[in-house]
Amino acid sequence: MSDNQQTTSAPAADGDEEHGLGHVVPVSFMVGILLVLMFLTVLTVAVTYIDLGSLDIVVALGIAFVKATLVALFFMHLYWDKPFNLFILVASLFFVALFLGFCMMDSREYRHTRDVVSPAVKEAMDKAQAEQLEKQKAAVQH
Amino acid sequence: MSESQTASASPQSVKFGLEAPNFFTASKGLASWLLTLDHKRIGIMYLIAITIAFALGGAFALMVRTELFFAGPTITSDPNQYNVWFTVHAAMMIFMVIIPGVPAALGNIILPLMLGAKDVAFPRLNLASFYFWIVGSLFLGSVLFFGGVDTGWTFYTPYSIIGTGSTMATSVYLALFGVFILGFSSILTGVNFIVTIHKLRPRVMTWFRMPLFLWAIYSTAVIQVLATPVLAITVLLLMVENFFGLGLFDPALGGDPVLFQHFFWFYSHPAVYIMILPAMGIMSELISIHSHKHVFGYRFIAYSSVAIAMFGFIVWGHHMFTSGMSGLLNAVFSFLTFSVSIPSAIKMFNWLSTMYRGSISINTPMLWALGFMFNFAIGGLTGLFLGTLSVDIHLHDTYFVVAHFHYVMMGSALFAFFGGVFHWWPKFIGKMYNEKMGMVGATMVFWGFNITFLPQFIMGSQGMPRRYYDFDPAFLIWHQMSTLGSYLQAAGFVVCAYTLAMSLVKGRLAPANPWGGNSLEWHCQSPPILENFETVPDVEDCYDYTDWQYDRELGGYVLKG
Repeated sequence: MSDNQQTTSAPAADGDEEHGLGHVVPVSFMVGILLVLMFLTVLTVAVTYIDLGSLDIVVALGIAFVKATLVALFFMHLYWDKPFNLFILVASLFFVALFLGFCMMDSREYRHTRDVVSPAVKEAMDKAQAEQLEKQKAAVQH
Repeated sequence: MSESQTASASPQSVKFGLEAPNFFTASKGLASWLLTLDHKRIGIMYLIAITIAFALGGAFALMVRTELFFAGPTITSDPNQYNVWFTVHAAMMIFMVIIPGVPAALGNIILPLMLGAKDVAFPRLNLASFYFWIVGSLFLGSVLFFGGVDTGWTFYTPYSIIGTGSTMATSVYLALFGVFILGFSSILTGVNFIVTIHKLRPRVMTWFRMPLFLWAIYSTAVIQVLATPVLAITVLLLMVENFFGLGLFDPALGGDPVLFQHFFWFYSHPAVYIMILPAMGIMSELISIHSHKHVFGYRFIAYSSVAIAMFGFIVWGHHMFTSGMSGLLNAVFSFLTFSVSIPSAIKMFNWLSTMYRGSISINTPMLWALGFMFNFAIGGLTGLFLGTLSVDIHLHDTYFVVAHFHYVMMGSALFAFFGGVFHWWPKFIGKMYNEKMGMVGATMVFWGFNITFLPQFIMGSQGMPRRYYDFDPAFLIWHQMSTLGSYLQAAGFVVCAYTLAMSLVKGRLAPANPWGGNSLEWHCQSPPILENFETVPDVEDCYDYTDWQYDRELGGYVLKG
């Protein structure tokens, strides 16, 4: 096709001419990060043997957060990248947190009305749920 | 304007480029269009496809309005048929027309020209996004052959959770899948435009020298990339719920129908800004160029585009005030909603200030722009009523809401879109249209639009619910006014289409710069060559028009000297 021209327009105002290889990190450093990640995985399993009560979830998610941060910063090179990219990542996480937070806050707010105000409705719902489960079981067996 | 610009923009190409080879003549045959990677051709294909969808969606709107001309049955005795009509009208207009209208159709044609680039950053992805649009639209359109969808375009649960045995089930699945695919088209366009604006700007065009249309398209693209995946997730979850009965949204299975509304509006409210932001970008161009005056408050308009994009993500709950959402969230969302009005008002006041003491040309694009300002003022201010928690409890799901969003989506977004089409038509088609006919068409649509939707504010405030097949005879006069207005609008659109079609046949050749603009697209010939520019001029201030003068013989503007 004659109009399949390549887009080699005027150079970008960003001055972003460096293409090809990105930032190179020594293998030893990457292996170090890998070892830290493996240690944290072992730690995650290890803490399950200790009963921390309601802190269980906090510790597990805390370790997961540290691991995800290490992956994003070093394996995904965010540490050496433009701060703007870090901003984009954090902003995305903020919106996810906002969405999930608002939804959870919302469900908790009116859940009691379902259980307390209309026991008849709840009963009907439970019945429908049980029927649906039966259907699914039957379908699986079939 | 810099001296280098005057030197590099060859007067030869500006003045006598009309009969030169251009992108229409670069290659011939159907395949050269269907497989093209040229952004202008892809944009024109989008424009044609969107026009067809607009005509179809408009036909359904006319059927809805005709049905409401009298109380009781008018053209159908089946209320479900009426439900299908308004659902298909809305789904087509939103997903197939307004969302891709400005970014994908006009943006594709104009964005690289404004940047002085040869094409968008990923031409193949661009073509793929067009075919995603086609496939998605075919799915969405195919519902008409399977009995139609009557869920409303919002697909609210639990109504849209339909067992596979139902007659409506196939249509709902097809519609959901269509919306899913159309979302991909939108994302691909967004990614393409973000990269294009980052990477293909000429060296002198720093961020704050970009035309404001590009700022608007950029902000829109960010929303498209961030918000549209949520729509994909939402419809996917709804499909899974429909097929497997997981109990996500179905209260009978312990699911939460309000959760669906959260998911849906987390995309669909930002989607409102996908529709209106690029329209605002067009407005900044139209108002400044046709007032022949430097745009007022450039940085404020640019920042307000970004602010609207950001605020748009945190106000979705104002669609759900009566859904049973928590009281605290209602108050938070009501408060946050008012924050969006600030950047929107900044834009309005800056456009007004741009016009102040300008040398305003009253022509077709400017009429559309003035129509936008009138309609957007009404649409925006009535949004404040609906954002106010206590008032919304009364007005929710009434015709007041219908009128409000039509003032914003049609009276604003589509008015700017048509203004943009008439503004850039000479550039990408290379022919001038009959100015008087264009103005008659724009005026008819403006009056038709206002006669259609102003009565709906009155009906809504008096309690006429939306989506009702029948109504109390007390509302008859308002409904009849509204229906007659819709016919006037339709006639106006026919005049507009005729004007543009006739320009292809009879229009005089367009000069490179018919309006006196200074952004880069006015520095190349009309229609542009395949690569857009032979040499890209250095334009430092695209809103400085002082170096252009009107050439009566040419019927357009040429650089002085």
